[in-house]
Amino acid sequence: MDGSAAGNEVVVTPEPAGTLALGDAPRMDCRNVNVFYSGKQAIFDVSLPIPDRSVTALIGPSGCGKSTFLRCLNRMNDTIEGCRVEGEIIMDGKDINSPVIDPVLLRSRVGMVFQKPNPFPKTIYENIAYGPRIHGLAQGREDLDEIVEKCLKRAGLWEEVKDRLTVPGTSLSGGQQQRLCIARAIAVRPEVILMDEPCSALDPIATARIEELIDDLRKRYCIVIVTHSMQQAARVSQRAAFFHLGKLVEMGDTDQIFTSPRDRRTEDYITGRFG
Amino acid sequence: MADHIVSAFTDELDRLSADILRMGGIVEQMIADAASAVLHNDVQLAGDVIERDHQVDQIEGDVERQIVSLIARRQPMAHDLRSVFAALKVSGELERVGDLSKNMSKRALGLEAAVFPAMRSGVARMAQPVARQLHLVLDAYASGNAAAAKAVWESDDEIDQHYNALFREMLTYMIEDPRSISDGAHMLFMAKNLERIGDHCTNIAEFVYFQVTGEHLVQQDRPKY
Repeated sequence: MDGSAAGNEVVVTPEPAGTLALGDAPRMDCRNVNVFYSGKQAIFDVSLPIPDRSVTALIGPSGCGKSTFLRCLNRMNDTIEGCRVEGEIIMDGKDINSPVIDPVLLRSRVGMVFQKPNPFPKTIYENIAYGPRIHGLAQGREDLDEIVEKCLKRAGLWEEVKDRLTVPGTSLSGGQQQRLCIARAIAVRPEVILMDEPCSALDPIATARIEELIDDLRKRYCIVIVTHSMQQAARVSQRAAFFHLGKLVEMGDTDQIFTSPRDRRTEDYITGRFG
Repeated sequence: MADHIVSAFTDELDRLSADILRMGGIVEQMIADAASAVLHNDVQLAGDVIERDHQVDQIEGDVERQIVSLIARRQPMAHDLRSVFAALKVSGELERVGDLSKNMSKRALGLEAAVFPAMRSGVARMAQPVARQLHLVLDAYASGNAAAAKAVWESDDEIDQHYNALFREMLTYMIEDPRSISDGAHMLFMAKNLERIGDHCTNIAEFVYFQVTGEHLVQQDRPKY
């Protein structure tokens, strides 16, 4: 930052990726985000800083806009006809919606895990190797083998699949498939991982494994999770943001949100009084 | 506050606070009756207070079981969580108040019939503001009134002053007539019990305050004279 900047001048200094220290500026800083679907407004003026190396949970009733907002963070809404996003989403000093940003590259930096596990119809190995290969992140076969092993280990799946890397990813159980998708997401060395209800199709044991994994991943990544389970949000996140009717009603430390929410609507929602 | 979508959840929380208030009502009466037993040397009333303590223990056990089950099934959040937490803590405090009242009654049974009447009335006099503190804090609990809870919390000092005055008064009686020492010692314990009940009322006030506001009353903010 330019030390000589004075007065009311706002200086936004771009920084290269990965130089932000823990507890520093937010990993992604969303400012006054509005989203319209064919002219109908779905998100109203949401400003939300997302800290690095922690889990931010987006909660709220169905249709409140939390998934729409999540999809803004890696420009997934670009693929929807008639969808328009306004406002700024700053990452490393640049607005991710700026024309100079390549959305494909952006999505390698901001990975996504969906509600339903969606492995490629390929082998377990190829599911992980595909991304690093097309992004040129591996030097050769050995390097690629190493990436696959590391990612599967980091996703807590290695021990279960190391002897059958050539079987189709789709042959795994639901929970394993979801961990495969997480391994696939981290294989392209993202900085942010978005998760849209990653456990809603899983049983409690598979859910616990994913939550354990999320807790481990947050040491390295910035994670944003959308979940319908209040208990899950309380368990896995450090920050929580409550959305209602497209507006950000309240955000704060997870402990505060779940023990003493400030807004009546948050209170009513998390205690099961409307939904 | 609006009802839960799952109406049984609201019913369970309502039942919990109703049980706390029922327990509080019994305990409040136990304090007054224990004091009356001391004042009038009423052996039967003292025995009756001792009996009632079982009832209090039973309600406490029942409240605990309800809370464990409620946490397991409902995973309460926000105000609900604070209500459940407060109910658990308040029931524990009330159980202690019951014990202390029972202890007063037991000591009442051990007093000589010929004890100075002024000693008896000293203890009975101190019981009144103590029972009032409990009454006020239970009202605050019932109505969810944080300001009323805080007022109780701030006025514990009056009880302490009462205790100190009574302590000196008992000492004078004991010095005046050493034969009254045995009764005087009982009376001092009773006074101490009442002072402890006052402390339990301030604890309850803290839990009520937390339940309502989500904030903790901080000890150093309390006026000390």
